[in-house]
Amino acid sequence: MDLTVVWAFIIAFAVFAYVVMDGFDLGIGILFPTFRVGQGRNRAMNSIAPVWDGNETWLVLGGGGLFAAFPLAYAVILPATYPLIIAMLLGLVFRGVAFEYRWRDAAHQKFWDNAFFGGSLVAAMSQGMILGALLQGIEVEGRAYAGSWWDWLTPYTLLTGLGTVAGYALLGSTWLIWKLDEGVQRHARYVARRAAIATIVLMGAVSVYNVALNAEYAERWLTAPEIYYVLPVPVITAIIAISMLRAIGSERNSKPFWLAIALFFLGMAGLGVTIFPYVVPPGITIWDAAAPERSQIFMLVGVVITMPLIIAYTVWAYWVFRGKVGEDGYH
Amino acid sequence: MLENLDALLLARIQFAFTVSFHFFFPAFSIGLASFLAVLEGLWLKTGKSVYLDLFRYWLKIFAIAFAMGVVSGIVMSYQFGTNWSVFSDKAGPVIGPLMAYEVLTAFFLEAGFLGVMLFGMEKVGKKLHFAATLMVALGTFVSAFWILSVNSWMQTPTGYLVGANGQFLPGDSWWDIVFNPSFPYRLVHTVMAAYLTTAFVVGAVGAWHLLKDKSNQHARKMFSMAMWMAAIVTPAQIFAGDMHGLNTLEYQPAKVMAMEGHYQSHPDGAPLILFGIPDSEAKTVRYAIEIPKLSSLILKHDLDAPMAGLDTIPDDREPPVPVVFWSFRIMVGIGFAMLGVGLWSLWGRVRGRLYDMPWLHRAAVLMGPSGFAAVLAGWITTEVGRQPFVIYGVLRTADAASPLDAPAVAVSLLAFILVYFAVFGVGVWYITKLMSKPPHRGEEGVERGDDGPIRTAGITPGPTQNPGKAQPLPTERQGQEEDA
Ligand code: HDD
Ligand code: HEM
Ligand code: HEM
Repeated sequence: MDLTVVWAFIIAFAVFAYVVMDGFDLGIGILFPTFRVGQGRNRAMNSIAPVWDGNETWLVLGGGGLFAAFPLAYAVILPATYPLIIAMLLGLVFRGVAFEYRWRDAAHQKFWDNAFFGGSLVAAMSQGMILGALLQGIEVEGRAYAGSWWDWLTPYTLLTGLGTVAGYALLGSTWLIWKLDEGVQRHARYVARRAAIATIVLMGAVSVYNVALNAEYAERWLTAPEIYYVLPVPVITAIIAISMLRAIGSERNSKPFWLAIALFFLGMAGLGVTIFPYVVPPGITIWDAAAPERSQIFMLVGVVITMPLIIAYTVWAYWVFRGKVGEDGYH
Repeated sequence: MLENLDALLLARIQFAFTVSFHFFFPAFSIGLASFLAVLEGLWLKTGKSVYLDLFRYWLKIFAIAFAMGVVSGIVMSYQFGTNWSVFSDKAGPVIGPLMAYEVLTAFFLEAGFLGVMLFGMEKVGKKLHFAATLMVALGTFVSAFWILSVNSWMQTPTGYLVGANGQFLPGDSWWDIVFNPSFPYRLVHTVMAAYLTTAFVVGAVGAWHLLKDKSNQHARKMFSMAMWMAAIVTPAQIFAGDMHGLNTLEYQPAKVMAMEGHYQSHPDGAPLILFGIPDSEAKTVRYAIEIPKLSSLILKHDLDAPMAGLDTIPDDREPPVPVVFWSFRIMVGIGFAMLGVGLWSLWGRVRGRLYDMPWLHRAAVLMGPSGFAAVLAGWITTEVGRQPFVIYGVLRTADAASPLDAPAVAVSLLAFILVYFAVFGVGVWYITKLMSKPPHRGEEGVERGDDGPIRTAGITPGPTQNPGKAQPLPTERQGQEEDA
């Protein structure tokens, strides 16, 4: 396999890791107002306080990796979605500092709780819309973005934005089913069921819209022989969706979370089928955008050496804080 | 055309604003992470609770500073693409990999171990916890390593080729790119700057509490540690700065001319202009107070060495002189003021009166923020001094910007300004609130439970209760969640 494809997979992996890991902590932010002031919110927050920074680092790897491995794509996508990127960054600022600030003074705790919610919501919505803007195609001339500065705002991108918000809420609530107990857990189950239904409906809607959007996408999904290869994606998705709805009510506390991750994985696979080998549809393929081989090799050495270590100590950090979050943080 | 010019100016202001804000936090947290590691190490070695108390005291402050550093840093990693897309496309193959290495080797390390460092003392035991603290400190240093390599490459680009599509491509050796000529100097000077910044903050907090109660053992300890740093690192920093300047003279002479205010060439010995008002129209420094020939002595080690001035540089390659001239003087002035405080403290130590010198303590309080001013001034010197280029000599700033309309950049700039001042202003206020509380025995850390911060009992002897804060927060309602 050529290095450019390897790099496409590495970036896809970083994005997936980001979406899952920051997805659940953004999701908790999105659901924050539904938790009662006091114990409920404190516990929800404590369940992610030790890991949120690590989760967000995958975003830096996704962005930084794109810059390094596909500089042209980075240079086109970011100006094309400029307002969304800025909104996402500012959202992340608000929610990131809320982790510390809300404990610092009781008088403003409510304000920082709202900042945590608003920031998470804006960041999630922007991320979903960026994805939509990419899928619907970006106008390019030469080596630069050539569209207008409202191109990113369409019904389609609003739909992908909402889908992402719902998906993150699902990840967040299933995480809380796992990490909390008693009343707070019951509340998480209640929310998870609704988030799951919303996610499934929106995923379906985006998929349908997708094939209607672009003849090439439709060809990949709906014509023979491709259809036989890609058919498992929707079928497995449906199976997972059903078992998740069941699991949310069951006693297996971690199962819904893993199933939610599986759902995202399939979404990602579907995305891959839809756009590969383009990195900026309709015009720029991964090979057009790729950095030269010397850059790819240099970075690949770094990835091969550090990625196992990163995964190892990330797992360790999660392991340290395993178990239910209860009365005094963790027990 | 005019519109583009506006968009360019706004993009420059936006970048300068966001990166300056970002750098405040690393400047503090690089030093503070190391300070925390030292404190914890001393605690493990000596078993003295004063070190653990100080560790916990500064850990709370670190947690806030670090969070602000992270969120402002994430903004930076997208600023290249949003506002400098042409630059990103062209320079991506060379500097992108260095920044990817920063993520892989530094950011993950910091972030991975941060949770354990902040919340895990009870969970993993002392040794492993110390290891986590060390990893976070190491991460901050590695981060500085890579990002300064990137910045230095933009100042003194080496080891690259230019591709057919106009991209900068890596040449034969990555070594030449990473260890470009100005990098070692910039790394040493900036890391020491971070240490000094932290030392002066710690010193100011210690001094503040000494002024109120000179018997406070914790305040004494931190003041003393900070003053050692000031006394030892400041001279080293001044020396490193001088070396850095010589390196710049070799690779970016126009920048040094601007720093020195040398509009004219001096064929037989250039004066050192201490102060004056640079006038770029008239190409002269008005009301200059100067010492004859000293500049030649410092930069060339020879009183009569000829020095070229900006008159030898084409106008369209000249940096804006007044900004560079002034920011350089602010940095150097602060450097010497720091040296003064360091020497003063040594004198106090020799007399055995370090804790009985209210004027020294007042000076130390006043110097608390000086490190921040110096690093900012230093960076402004560096960055404005390389104008009109982003990649020195080869890519002009004006040719590097994104194809954005001025209104889009204006709106985002305004949003950044409002949000940053509000959010980081509050953070700084929280930090000063924490600093204004005297450090005491049985200091609590950042761990917390359902009812706010947790009392960490068990590791230290002595009182672990803090009745004032153990109360549930006023907004709190007891009770469980129920299905809505
Ligand atoms: C506490 C902070 C601090 C202090 C006290 C000083 N500096 Fe500095 N200086 C920095 C913090 C700094 C910095 C922020 O770290 C910079 C910006 C970029 C860099 O490489 O280091 C810098 C840049 C910088 C440059 C520009 C390098 C370039 O061309 O890019 C020079 C020539 C000096 N310094 C020289 C000095 C001298 C002679 C000092 C003696 C008093 C001094 N600095 C004190
Ligand atoms: C952290 C400390 C830093 C500060 C305070 C700082 C400050 C500044 C300032 C004031 C400018 C505007 C110069 C002008 O337009 O006149 C600027 C520009 C710029 N700097 Fe830095 N900088 C820092 C670090 C970095 C680093 C580490 C990089 C590279 C990785 C970098 C890359 C740039 C770029 C791309 C520009 C935009 C082009 C330009 O306007 O020159 N800076 N910076
Ligand atoms: C334009 C230049 C810069 C970019 C793009 C950038 C990017 C970032 C990012 C993305 C983070 C967050 C990492 C995380 O998620 O944990 C971060 C934090 C950090 N950055 Fe920067 N950075 C820049 C300039 C600098 C400079 C000049 C230094 C130091 C010399 C520096 C040192 C650090 C450190 C030590 C952290 C850790 C968090 C903290 O201490 O606040 N950065 N930076």
